[in-house]
Amino acid sequence: MTSLPSLPTPKKLGLVIDLDVCVGCHACVISCKEWNTGGYGAALSDQDPYGADVSGAFLNRIHTFEVVPEGGQVIGEAGEARIVHFPKSCLHCEDAPCVTVCPTGASYKRAEDGIVLVDESKCIGCGLCAWSCAYGAREMDLAAGVMKKCTLCIDRVYNETLREIDRVPSCVRTCPANARHYGDLADPGSDVSRMVAERGGYDLMPEQGTRPTNKYLPPRPRKPLAASAGSAVLAENTEGAKGFFAWLDGMLDRI
Amino acid sequence: MHPAFSIILFTTLSGLGYGLAAVLGLGLLDASTLSAKLAHAGALAMIAGGLLSSTLHLGNPQRAWRALSQWRSSWLSREGVMAIATFVPLTVSAWFAVIEGRYLPAAGLIGAVMCSITVYCTAMIYASLRSIQAWNSGLTPLCYLLFAAAGGFLLASVAGYSSSAGGTICAAIAIVFVMAAWVAKYQWWQRLRTLAPLSTPESATGLGNIGHVRLFERPHVNENYLTREMGFKVARKHALKLSELAILVGGLAPIALLLAAIFAGGAVALPAAALAALFYALGLVVERWLFFAEARHAVMNYYGG
Repeated sequence: MTSLPSLPTPKKLGLVIDLDVCVGCHACVISCKEWNTGGYGAALSDQDPYGADVSGAFLNRIHTFEVVPEGGQVIGEAGEARIVHFPKSCLHCEDAPCVTVCPTGASYKRAEDGIVLVDESKCIGCGLCAWSCAYGAREMDLAAGVMKKCTLCIDRVYNETLREIDRVPSCVRTCPANARHYGDLADPGSDVSRMVAERGGYDLMPEQGTRPTNKYLPPRPRKPLAASAGSAVLAENTEGAKGFFAWLDGMLDRI
Repeated sequence: MHPAFSIILFTTLSGLGYGLAAVLGLGLLDASTLSAKLAHAGALAMIAGGLLSSTLHLGNPQRAWRALSQWRSSWLSREGVMAIATFVPLTVSAWFAVIEGRYLPAAGLIGAVMCSITVYCTAMIYASLRSIQAWNSGLTPLCYLLFAAAGGFLLASVAGYSSSAGGTICAAIAIVFVMAAWVAKYQWWQRLRTLAPLSTPESATGLGNIGHVRLFERPHVNENYLTREMGFKVARKHALKLSELAILVGGLAPIALLLAAIFAGGAVALPAAALAALFYALGLVVERWLFFAEARHAVMNYYGG
Protein backbone atom coordinates (compact mmCIF):
# COMPACT_ATOMS: atom_id res chain seq x y z
CA MET A 1 0.00 0.00 0.00
CA THR A 2 1.48 3.29 -1.01
CA SER A 3 -0.39 5.44 1.44
CA LEU A 4 1.91 6.78 4.12
CA PRO A 5 1.68 5.39 7.68
CA SER A 6 -1.35 7.06 9.30
CA LEU A 7 0.38 7.62 12.61
CA PRO A 8 3.85 9.07 13.19
CA THR A 9 6.26 6.14 13.17
CA PRO A 10 7.45 5.18 16.72
CA LYS A 11 11.02 5.24 15.46
CA LYS A 12 12.48 7.61 12.88
CA LEU A 13 15.67 5.97 11.78
CA GLY A 14 17.86 8.26 9.74
CA LEU A 15 21.16 9.97 9.26
CA VAL A 16 22.69 13.15 10.57
CA ILE A 17 25.33 14.55 8.24
CA ASP A 18 27.91 16.99 9.54
CA LEU A 19 28.85 19.45 6.79
CA ASP A 20 31.55 20.90 9.02
CA VAL A 21 33.42 17.60 9.05
CA CYS A 22 32.91 16.07 5.60
CA VAL A 23 36.14 16.22 3.62
CA GLY A 24 34.59 15.11 0.33
CA CYS A 25 36.59 11.89 -0.02
CA HIS A 26 33.67 9.93 -1.58
CA ALA A 27 34.51 6.86 0.54
CA CYS A 28 30.84 6.59 1.58
CA VAL A 29 29.80 6.63 -2.09
CA ILE A 30 31.99 3.65 -2.91
CA SER A 31 31.18 1.79 0.29
CA CYS A 32 27.45 2.27 -0.38
CA LYS A 33 27.77 1.02 -3.94
CA GLU A 34 29.80 -1.97 -2.80
CA TRP A 35 27.38 -3.00 -0.05
CA ASN A 36 24.22 -2.48 -2.07
CA THR A 37 25.39 -4.07 -5.29
CA GLY A 38 25.99 -7.40 -3.62
CA GLY A 39 23.09 -7.83 -1.23
CA TYR A 40 19.32 -7.84 -1.74
CA GLY A 41 17.55 -7.27 -5.06
CA ALA A 42 19.00 -6.16 -8.37
CA ALA A 43 22.67 -5.24 -8.46
CA LEU A 44 23.46 -1.54 -8.89
CA SER A 45 24.38 -1.76 -12.53
CA ASP A 46 26.79 0.42 -14.47
CA GLN A 47 26.39 1.19 -18.15
CA ASP A 48 29.47 1.16 -20.37
CA PRO A 49 31.58 0.54 -17.24
CA TYR A 50 34.97 0.41 -18.97
CA GLY A 51 34.18 2.83 -21.79
CA ALA A 52 34.37 6.58 -22.15
CA ASP A 53 30.70 7.22 -21.35
CA VAL A 54 30.48 5.33 -18.07
CA SER A 55 27.49 5.91 -15.82
CA GLY A 56 25.61 3.90 -13.24
CA ALA A 57 23.15 3.87 -10.38
CA PHE A 58 24.38 5.20 -7.05
CA LEU A 59 22.35 5.65 -3.87
CA ASN A 60 24.62 8.22 -2.30
CA ARG A 61 26.51 11.01 -4.00
CA ILE A 62 28.77 13.85 -2.86
CA HIS A 63 28.30 17.28 -4.36
CA THR A 64 30.74 20.08 -3.66
CA PHE A 65 29.51 23.65 -3.34
CA GLU A 66 31.25 26.96 -3.16
CA VAL A 67 29.57 29.48 -0.89
CA VAL A 68 30.40 33.10 -1.64
CA PRO A 69 29.31 35.70 0.94
CA GLU A 70 26.59 38.08 -0.26
CA GLY A 71 27.87 41.04 -2.25
CA GLY A 72 30.77 39.15 -3.79
CA GLN A 73 30.90 37.82 -7.31
CA VAL A 74 34.51 36.73 -7.21
CA ILE A 75 36.36 35.08 -4.36
CA GLY A 76 37.64 37.45 -1.71
CA GLU A 77 35.53 40.41 -2.82
CA ALA A 78 33.11 40.41 0.10
CA GLY A 79 34.82 38.02 2.44
CA GLU A 80 36.15 34.54 2.07
CA ALA A 81 34.33 31.92 0.08
CA ARG A 82 34.25 28.44 1.46
CA ILE A 83 33.98 25.01 -0.03
CA VAL A 84 31.36 22.71 1.46
CA HIS A 85 31.30 19.02 0.60
CA PHE A 86 27.73 17.86 0.57
CA PRO A 87 26.80 14.16 0.86
CA LYS A 88 23.27 13.38 -0.28
CA SER A 89 21.24 10.20 -0.04
CA CYS A 90 17.56 9.44 0.66
CA LEU A 91 16.23 11.56 3.52
CA HIS A 92 13.47 9.05 4.45
CA CYS A 93 10.88 11.85 4.50
CA GLU A 94 7.84 11.68 6.75
CA ASP A 95 5.64 13.03 3.93
CA ALA A 96 7.44 11.15 1.20
CA PRO A 97 5.90 12.05 -2.19
CA CYS A 98 7.77 9.12 -3.79
CA VAL A 99 5.58 6.75 -1.78
CA THR A 100 2.19 8.24 -2.59
CA VAL A 101 2.80 8.66 -6.34
CA CYS A 102 3.74 5.00 -6.82
CA PRO A 103 1.00 3.32 -8.87
CA THR A 104 1.91 -0.26 -7.97
CA GLY A 105 2.53 -0.29 -4.23
CA ALA A 106 6.23 -1.02 -4.77
CA SER A 107 7.30 2.14 -2.95
CA TYR A 108 6.46 2.16 0.75
CA LYS A 109 7.37 3.64 4.11
CA ARG A 110 7.73 1.22 7.00
CA ALA A 111 5.28 1.95 9.82
CA GLU A 112 7.67 0.71 12.52
CA ASP A 113 10.81 2.75 11.80
CA GLY A 114 10.02 5.11 8.92
CA ILE A 115 12.49 3.61 6.43
CA VAL A 116 11.36 4.21 2.82
CA LEU A 117 11.90 1.16 0.61
CA VAL A 118 11.13 -0.20 -2.87
CA ASP A 119 9.75 -3.71 -3.35
CA GLU A 120 11.57 -4.48 -6.59
CA SER A 121 9.29 -7.38 -7.49
CA LYS A 122 6.38 -4.92 -7.78
CA CYS A 123 8.24 -1.99 -9.43
CA ILE A 124 7.32 -1.39 -13.09
CA GLY A 125 10.10 1.16 -13.60
CA CYS A 126 7.83 4.06 -14.55
CA GLY A 127 10.17 6.54 -12.89
CA LEU A 128 7.42 8.73 -11.41
CA CYS A 129 8.83 8.41 -7.87
CA ALA A 130 12.17 9.77 -9.10
CA TRP A 131 10.29 12.70 -10.66
CA SER A 132 8.46 13.37 -7.41
CA CYS A 133 11.62 13.46 -5.31
CA ALA A 134 13.03 16.98 -5.08
CA TYR A 135 16.30 15.62 -3.67
CA GLY A 136 17.23 13.22 -6.46
CA ALA A 137 17.43 10.34 -4.02
CA ARG A 138 16.17 7.72 -6.44
CA GLU A 139 17.93 6.40 -9.51
CA MET A 140 16.65 3.86 -12.00
CA ASP A 141 18.72 0.74 -12.47
CA LEU A 142 18.83 0.68 -16.25
CA ALA A 143 19.78 -2.99 -16.46
CA ALA A 144 17.01 -4.31 -14.19
CA GLY A 145 14.44 -1.59 -15.01
CA VAL A 146 13.58 -1.05 -11.36
CA MET A 147 14.00 1.94 -9.07
CA LYS A 148 16.87 1.87 -6.58
CA LYS A 149 17.23 3.93 -3.45
CA CYS A 150 18.97 4.09 -0.09
CA THR A 151 17.58 1.42 2.25
CA LEU A 152 19.37 2.89 5.24
CA CYS A 153 21.19 -0.46 4.98
CA ILE A 154 18.23 -2.24 6.51
CA ASP A 155 20.15 -5.46 5.86
CA ARG A 156 22.91 -4.24 8.19
CA VAL A 157 21.13 -2.31 10.94
CA TYR A 158 18.90 -5.25 11.93
CA ASN A 159 21.45 -7.93 11.07
CA GLU A 160 22.34 -9.79 14.25
CA THR A 161 24.99 -11.87 12.53
CA LEU A 162 27.12 -8.74 12.26
CA ARG A 163 29.17 -7.38 15.15
CA GLU A 164 27.30 -4.61 16.93
CA ILE A 165 29.74 -1.96 15.71
CA ASP A 166 28.86 -2.91 12.12
CA ARG A 167 25.09 -2.60 12.58
CA VAL A 168 24.99 0.88 11.07
CA PRO A 169 24.62 1.92 7.42
CA SER A 170 27.65 1.21 5.30
CA CYS A 171 28.30 4.91 4.63
CA VAL A 172 28.33 5.68 8.36
CA ARG A 173 30.64 2.77 9.16
CA THR A 174 33.12 3.73 6.48
CA CYS A 175 33.31 7.51 6.89
CA PRO A 176 36.93 8.24 7.91
CA ALA A 177 36.07 11.74 9.14
CA ASN A 178 33.02 10.70 11.21
CA ALA A 179 30.79 13.09 9.28
CA ARG A 180 27.86 10.67 9.07
CA HIS A 181 25.83 9.53 12.07
CA TYR A 182 22.99 7.02 12.29
CA GLY A 183 20.26 6.79 14.90
CA ASP A 184 16.66 7.24 15.95
CA LEU A 185 15.58 10.84 15.44
CA ALA A 186 12.24 10.22 17.17
CA ASP A 187 14.07 9.63 20.47
CA PRO A 188 15.09 13.04 21.85
CA GLY A 189 17.74 11.36 24.02
CA SER A 190 19.56 9.64 21.14
CA ASP A 191 23.03 10.81 20.14
CA VAL A 192 21.77 11.99 16.77
CA SER A 193 18.88 13.99 18.28
CA ARG A 194 21.22 15.64 20.77
CA MET A 195 23.63 16.51 17.97
CA VAL A 196 20.79 18.09 15.98
CA ALA A 197 19.66 20.09 19.02
CA GLU A 198 23.17 21.32 19.90
CA ARG A 199 24.33 22.19 16.42
CA GLY A 200 21.10 23.48 14.90
CA GLY A 201 20.55 20.58 12.50
CA TYR A 202 18.20 21.48 9.67
CA ASP A 203 16.02 20.06 6.87
CA LEU A 204 16.87 20.35 3.18
CA MET A 205 14.25 22.23 1.10
CA PRO A 206 11.63 22.50 3.87
CA GLU A 207 9.47 24.42 1.36
CA GLN A 208 8.85 21.15 -0.50
CA GLY A 209 6.74 20.01 2.45
CA THR A 210 8.36 16.57 2.63
CA ARG A 211 9.51 16.72 6.28
CA PRO A 212 12.81 14.84 5.86
CA THR A 213 14.03 12.59 8.66
CA ASN A 214 17.72 13.08 7.84
CA LYS A 215 19.22 16.28 9.20
CA TYR A 216 22.26 18.31 8.19
CA LEU A 217 24.58 20.04 10.65
CA PRO A 218 25.78 23.42 9.36
CA PRO A 219 29.47 24.22 8.89
CA ARG A 220 30.82 25.99 11.98
CA PRO A 221 31.78 29.67 11.61
CA ARG A 222 35.38 29.90 10.51
CA LYS A 223 37.96 32.49 11.51
CA PRO A 224 39.29 34.49 8.58
CA LEU A 225 42.39 33.20 6.81
CA ALA A 226 44.27 36.35 7.75
CA ALA A 227 43.87 35.52 11.43
CA SER A 228 45.74 32.26 10.90
CA ALA A 229 48.30 33.86 8.60
CA GLY A 230 49.89 35.96 11.41
CA SER A 231 51.89 33.05 12.76
CA ALA A 232 53.17 32.05 9.35
CA VAL A 233 56.51 33.88 9.00
CA LEU A 234 57.39 34.94 5.50
CA ALA A 235 60.78 33.67 4.33
CA GLU A 236 62.03 37.17 3.48
CA ASN A 237 61.20 38.59 6.89
CA THR A 238 64.09 38.72 9.41
CA GLU A 239 62.37 41.01 11.90
CA GLY A 240 63.01 39.96 15.50
CA ALA A 241 66.23 38.04 14.78
CA LYS A 242 68.71 38.10 17.72
CA GLY A 243 72.37 37.51 18.46
CA PHE A 244 74.38 35.69 15.78
CA PHE A 245 71.49 35.68 13.36
CA ALA A 246 70.94 39.45 13.76
CA TRP A 247 74.69 40.01 13.06
CA LEU A 248 74.58 37.61 10.07
CA ASP A 249 71.45 39.33 8.74
CA GLY A 250 73.18 42.72 8.96
CA MET A 251 76.40 41.46 7.36
CA LEU A 252 74.58 39.79 4.47
CA ASP A 253 72.55 42.95 3.89
CA ARG A 254 75.79 44.98 3.53
CA ILE A 255 77.51 42.64 1.08
CA MET B 1 12.54 17.40 -17.82
CA HIS B 2 13.47 15.00 -20.57
CA PRO B 3 10.72 15.01 -23.23
CA ALA B 4 10.37 11.25 -23.81
CA PHE B 5 8.83 10.60 -27.20
CA SER B 6 6.58 7.85 -25.84
CA ILE B 7 5.06 10.14 -23.21
CA ILE B 8 4.50 13.01 -25.65
CA LEU B 9 2.81 10.61 -28.05
CA PHE B 10 0.74 9.18 -25.20
CA THR B 11 -0.56 12.49 -23.89
CA THR B 12 -1.35 13.97 -27.30
CA LEU B 13 -2.90 10.85 -28.82
CA SER B 14 -4.96 9.86 -25.80
CA GLY B 15 -5.99 13.51 -25.30
CA LEU B 16 -7.30 13.73 -28.88
CA GLY B 17 -8.92 10.29 -28.60
CA TYR B 18 -10.72 11.07 -25.33
CA GLY B 19 -11.79 14.45 -26.72
CA LEU B 20 -13.27 12.86 -29.84
CA ALA B 21 -14.94 10.08 -27.86
CA ALA B 22 -16.50 12.61 -25.49
CA VAL B 23 -17.84 14.73 -28.37
CA LEU B 24 -19.26 11.62 -30.04
CA GLY B 25 -20.92 10.83 -26.72
CA LEU B 26 -22.76 14.16 -26.87
CA GLY B 27 -24.56 12.93 -29.97
CA LEU B 28 -23.80 15.90 -32.24
CA LEU B 29 -23.09 13.60 -35.19
CA ASP B 30 -25.50 11.28 -36.96
CA ALA B 31 -24.48 7.83 -35.69
CA SER B 32 -25.77 6.08 -38.78
CA THR B 33 -23.23 7.73 -41.10
CA LEU B 34 -20.02 6.01 -42.12
CA SER B 35 -17.90 8.93 -40.92
CA ALA B 36 -19.38 8.72 -37.40
CA LYS B 37 -18.65 5.00 -37.32
CA LEU B 38 -15.07 5.65 -38.42
CA ALA B 39 -14.78 8.39 -35.79
CA HIS B 40 -15.85 5.94 -33.06
CA ALA B 41 -13.28 3.41 -34.21
CA GLY B 42 -10.64 6.13 -34.60
CA ALA B 43 -11.21 7.47 -31.09
CA LEU B 44 -10.80 4.02 -29.56
CA ALA B 45 -7.68 3.41 -31.67
CA MET B 46 -6.10 6.70 -30.57
CA ILE B 47 -6.85 5.99 -26.90
CA ALA B 48 -5.51 2.45 -27.11
CA GLY B 49 -2.46 3.57 -29.09
CA GLY B 50 -1.71 6.27 -26.55
CA LEU B 51 -2.02 3.89 -23.63
CA LEU B 52 0.19 1.30 -25.31
CA SER B 53 2.77 3.96 -26.09
CA SER B 54 2.80 4.99 -22.42
CA THR B 55 3.91 1.49 -21.45
CA LEU B 56 6.93 1.76 -23.76
CA HIS B 57 8.94 3.81 -21.30
CA LEU B 58 8.44 1.34 -18.45
CA GLY B 59 11.40 -0.65 -17.15
CA ASN B 60 9.20 -3.71 -16.57
CA PRO B 61 6.07 -3.39 -18.75
CA GLN B 62 5.03 -6.99 -18.01
CA ARG B 63 4.03 -5.85 -14.51
CA ALA B 64 1.99 -2.87 -15.75
CA TRP B 65 -1.22 -4.44 -14.39
CA ARG B 66 0.05 -3.72 -10.89
CA ALA B 67 -0.38 -0.01 -11.62
CA LEU B 68 -4.14 -0.43 -11.16
CA SER B 69 -3.83 -1.16 -7.45
CA GLN B 70 -2.95 2.16 -5.78
CA TRP B 71 -5.85 4.39 -6.84
CA ARG B 72 -6.28 5.59 -3.25
CA SER B 73 -3.05 7.60 -3.33
CA SER B 74 -1.58 7.72 -6.83
CA TRP B 75 -2.84 9.81 -9.76
CA LEU B 76 -1.00 7.52 -12.17
CA SER B 77 -2.92 4.57 -10.79
CA ARG B 78 -6.21 6.50 -10.90
CA GLU B 79 -5.54 7.32 -14.52
CA GLY B 80 -4.93 3.66 -15.33
CA VAL B 81 -8.13 2.57 -13.59
CA MET B 82 -10.18 5.32 -15.24
CA ALA B 83 -8.71 4.61 -18.67
CA ILE B 84 -9.76 0.98 -18.48
CA ALA B 85 -13.17 1.74 -16.94
CA THR B 86 -13.85 4.35 -19.63
CA PHE B 87 -13.42 1.70 -22.30
CA VAL B 88 -16.73 0.15 -21.16
CA PRO B 89 -19.13 2.99 -22.11
CA LEU B 90 -16.96 3.93 -25.11
CA THR B 91 -17.05 0.39 -26.46
CA VAL B 92 -20.82 0.19 -25.91
CA SER B 93 -21.28 3.52 -27.76
CA ALA B 94 -18.99 2.42 -30.56
CA TRP B 95 -20.81 -0.93 -30.83
CA PHE B 96 -24.19 0.72 -31.20
CA ALA B 97 -22.86 3.26 -33.70
CA VAL B 98 -20.84 0.87 -35.84
CA ILE B 99 -23.08 -2.21 -35.77
CA GLU B 100 -26.57 -0.77 -35.28
CA GLY B 101 -26.07 2.80 -36.47
CA ARG B 102 -27.72 4.17 -33.33
CA TYR B 103 -26.77 6.80 -30.78
CA LEU B 104 -27.21 5.63 -27.19
CA PRO B 105 -27.55 8.77 -25.02
CA ALA B 106 -26.92 7.04 -21.66
CA ALA B 107 -23.69 5.33 -22.73
CA GLY B 108 -22.62 8.42 -24.67
CA LEU B 109 -23.04 10.87 -21.82
CA ILE B 110 -21.53 8.55 -19.20
CA GLY B 111 -18.62 8.01 -21.59
CA ALA B 112 -18.16 11.76 -22.07
CA VAL B 113 -17.99 12.36 -18.32
CA MET B 114 -15.56 9.49 -17.80
CA CYS B 115 -13.36 10.73 -20.66
CA SER B 116 -13.08 14.10 -18.91
CA ILE B 117 -12.20 12.44 -15.60
CA THR B 118 -9.51 10.34 -17.29
CA VAL B 119 -7.91 13.38 -18.94
CA TYR B 120 -8.06 15.18 -15.59
CA CYS B 121 -6.24 12.24 -13.95
CA THR B 122 -3.56 12.32 -16.67
CA ALA B 123 -2.97 16.01 -16.03
CA MET B 124 -2.92 15.53 -12.25
CA ILE B 125 -0.02 13.06 -12.55
CA TYR B 126 2.04 16.09 -13.56
CA ALA B 127 0.20 18.81 -11.64
CA SER B 128 0.57 16.98 -8.33
CA LEU B 129 4.39 17.03 -8.38
CA ARG B 130 5.64 19.82 -6.16
CA SER B 131 9.21 19.08 -7.21
CA ILE B 132 8.38 20.39 -10.71
CA GLN B 133 7.03 23.85 -10.07
CA ALA B 134 6.09 24.55 -13.69
CA TRP B 135 3.50 21.76 -13.58
CA ASN B 136 2.35 22.21 -10.00
CA SER B 137 -0.63 24.42 -10.82
CA GLY B 138 -4.37 24.18 -11.37
CA LEU B 139 -3.77 25.59 -14.85
CA THR B 140 -2.17 22.28 -15.89
CA PRO B 141 -5.38 20.16 -15.72
CA LEU B 142 -7.34 23.09 -17.17
CA CYS B 143 -5.05 23.16 -20.22
CA TYR B 144 -5.19 19.38 -20.67
CA LEU B 145 -9.00 19.38 -20.50
CA LEU B 146 -9.42 22.32 -22.88
CA PHE B 147 -6.90 20.90 -25.37
CA ALA B 148 -8.70 17.54 -25.32
CA ALA B 149 -12.10 19.20 -25.85
CA ALA B 150 -10.78 21.43 -28.65
CA GLY B 151 -9.19 18.43 -30.39
CA GLY B 152 -12.38 16.42 -29.97
CA PHE B 153 -14.62 19.06 -31.56
CA LEU B 154 -12.07 19.63 -34.34
CA LEU B 155 -11.93 15.95 -35.26
CA ALA B 156 -15.72 15.69 -34.95
CA SER B 157 -16.11 18.61 -37.37
CA VAL B 158 -14.01 16.69 -39.90
CA ALA B 159 -16.30 13.68 -39.50
CA GLY B 160 -19.36 15.94 -39.65
CA TYR B 161 -18.29 17.71 -42.82
CA SER B 162 -17.48 14.45 -44.56
CA SER B 163 -21.08 13.29 -44.02
CA SER B 164 -22.77 16.71 -44.38
CA ALA B 165 -24.32 16.54 -40.91
CA GLY B 166 -23.14 18.23 -37.75
CA GLY B 167 -19.95 19.66 -39.22
CA THR B 168 -20.75 23.33 -38.76
CA ILE B 169 -21.93 23.08 -35.15
CA CYS B 170 -18.79 21.07 -34.21
CA ALA B 171 -16.55 23.54 -36.07
CA ALA B 172 -18.15 26.50 -34.29
CA ILE B 173 -17.73 24.91 -30.85
CA ALA B 174 -14.18 23.87 -31.80
CA ILE B 175 -13.26 27.51 -32.46
CA VAL B 176 -14.40 28.43 -28.95
CA PHE B 177 -12.44 25.61 -27.33
CA VAL B 178 -9.28 26.15 -29.42
CA MET B 179 -9.31 29.80 -28.33
CA ALA B 180 -10.00 28.91 -24.69
CA ALA B 181 -7.26 26.27 -24.69
CA TRP B 182 -4.57 28.60 -26.00
CA VAL B 183 -5.66 31.43 -23.71
CA ALA B 184 -5.31 29.02 -20.76
CA LYS B 185 -1.97 27.82 -22.12
CA TYR B 186 -0.80 31.40 -22.53
CA GLN B 187 -1.63 31.98 -18.84
CA TRP B 188 0.28 28.80 -18.02
CA TRP B 189 3.33 30.11 -19.88
CA GLN B 190 3.03 33.53 -18.26
CA ARG B 191 2.99 31.87 -14.84
CA LEU B 192 6.03 29.74 -15.75
CA ARG B 193 8.05 32.69 -17.00
CA THR B 194 7.39 34.95 -14.05
CA LEU B 195 7.76 32.24 -11.43
CA ALA B 196 10.01 32.84 -8.43
CA PRO B 197 11.72 29.47 -7.85
CA LEU B 198 10.27 27.63 -4.85
CA SER B 199 13.60 25.97 -4.16
CA THR B 200 17.05 27.41 -4.76
CA PRO B 201 20.62 26.12 -4.32
CA GLU B 202 20.52 27.97 -0.99
CA SER B 203 17.43 26.16 0.30
CA ALA B 204 18.58 22.87 -1.23
CA THR B 205 21.82 22.94 0.73
CA GLY B 206 20.69 25.03 3.70
CA LEU B 207 23.86 27.10 3.27
CA GLY B 208 22.12 30.35 2.30
CA ASN B 209 22.94 31.98 5.63
CA ILE B 210 26.65 31.86 4.72
CA GLY B 211 26.16 33.32 1.28
CA HIS B 212 25.42 32.62 -2.34
CA VAL B 213 25.67 28.90 -3.14
CA ARG B 214 26.99 27.60 -6.41
CA LEU B 215 28.07 24.20 -7.58
CA PHE B 216 31.83 23.73 -7.45
CA GLU B 217 32.05 20.08 -8.45
CA ARG B 218 29.45 17.58 -9.58
CA PRO B 219 29.47 14.20 -7.89
CA HIS B 220 30.73 12.63 -11.10
CA VAL B 221 32.17 13.61 -14.45
CA ASN B 222 29.57 12.10 -16.78
CA GLU B 223 25.79 12.31 -16.89
CA ASN B 224 23.68 10.09 -14.63
CA TYR B 225 20.04 8.99 -14.60
CA LEU B 226 19.00 12.16 -12.79
CA THR B 227 20.75 14.62 -15.08
CA ARG B 228 19.53 12.80 -18.17
CA GLU B 229 15.95 12.54 -16.91
CA MET B 230 15.57 15.90 -15.15
CA GLY B 231 18.33 18.07 -16.58
CA PHE B 232 17.10 18.52 -20.13
CA LYS B 233 17.49 22.11 -21.26
CA VAL B 234 18.08 22.08 -25.00
CA ALA B 235 14.71 23.66 -25.69
CA ARG B 236 14.91 26.51 -23.20
CA LYS B 237 16.99 28.59 -25.57
CA HIS B 238 14.20 28.54 -28.17
CA ALA B 239 11.28 28.12 -25.77
CA LEU B 240 9.71 31.51 -26.46
CA LYS B 241 9.96 31.10 -30.23
CA LEU B 242 8.59 27.56 -30.07
CA SER B 243 5.65 28.60 -27.91
CA GLU B 244 4.76 31.36 -30.37
CA LEU B 245 5.05 28.85 -33.19
CA ALA B 246 2.76 26.45 -31.32
CA ILE B 247 0.11 29.16 -30.88
CA LEU B 248 0.38 30.07 -34.56
CA VAL B 249 0.25 26.52 -35.92
CA GLY B 250 -2.02 24.98 -33.28
CA GLY B 251 -4.24 27.96 -32.58
CA LEU B 252 -4.49 30.72 -35.18
CA ALA B 253 -4.19 28.48 -38.27
CA PRO B 254 -6.93 26.03 -37.18
CA ILE B 255 -9.24 28.92 -36.22
CA ALA B 256 -8.77 30.59 -39.62
CA LEU B 257 -9.33 27.29 -41.42
CA LEU B 258 -12.44 26.50 -39.37
CA LEU B 259 -13.85 29.96 -40.13
CA ALA B 260 -13.22 29.26 -43.81
CA ALA B 261 -15.00 25.92 -43.47
CA ILE B 262 -18.02 27.48 -41.76
CA PHE B 263 -18.42 30.49 -44.05
CA ALA B 264 -17.25 29.10 -47.39
CA GLY B 265 -18.92 25.74 -46.87
CA GLY B 266 -19.41 23.43 -49.82
CA ALA B 267 -16.35 21.70 -51.17
CA VAL B 268 -14.00 23.88 -49.09
CA ALA B 269 -15.39 22.77 -45.73
CA LEU B 270 -13.98 19.23 -45.47
CA PRO B 271 -10.40 19.92 -46.62
CA ALA B 272 -10.29 23.08 -44.51
CA ALA B 273 -11.46 21.23 -41.38
CA ALA B 274 -9.08 18.34 -42.03
CA LEU B 275 -6.17 20.74 -42.47
CA ALA B 276 -7.23 22.54 -39.28
CA ALA B 277 -7.12 19.25 -37.37
CA LEU B 278 -3.69 18.44 -38.79
CA PHE B 279 -2.26 21.84 -37.86
CA TYR B 280 -3.82 21.60 -34.42
CA ALA B 281 -2.20 18.19 -33.80
CA LEU B 282 1.18 19.57 -34.90
CA GLY B 283 0.84 22.56 -32.60
CA LEU B 284 -0.16 20.25 -29.77
CA VAL B 285 2.96 18.11 -30.19
CA VAL B 286 5.13 21.24 -29.95
CA GLU B 287 3.15 22.38 -26.90
CA ARG B 288 3.56 18.98 -25.23
CA TRP B 289 7.26 18.86 -26.05
CA LEU B 290 7.73 22.25 -24.41
CA PHE B 291 5.63 21.11 -21.44
CA PHE B 292 8.42 18.67 -20.58
CA ALA B 293 11.47 20.44 -21.97
CA GLU B 294 10.74 23.76 -20.23
CA ALA B 295 9.93 22.27 -16.83
CA ARG B 296 12.72 22.62 -14.31
CA HIS B 297 13.11 20.01 -11.60
CA ALA B 298 14.12 20.98 -8.06
CA VAL B 299 16.93 18.42 -8.06
CA MET B 300 18.81 20.56 -10.57
CA ASN B 301 19.62 22.86 -7.65
CA TYR B 302 22.18 20.21 -6.72
CA TYR B 303 23.54 19.95 -10.23
CA GLY B 304 24.06 23.61 -11.08
CA GLY B 305 21.35 23.53 -13.77
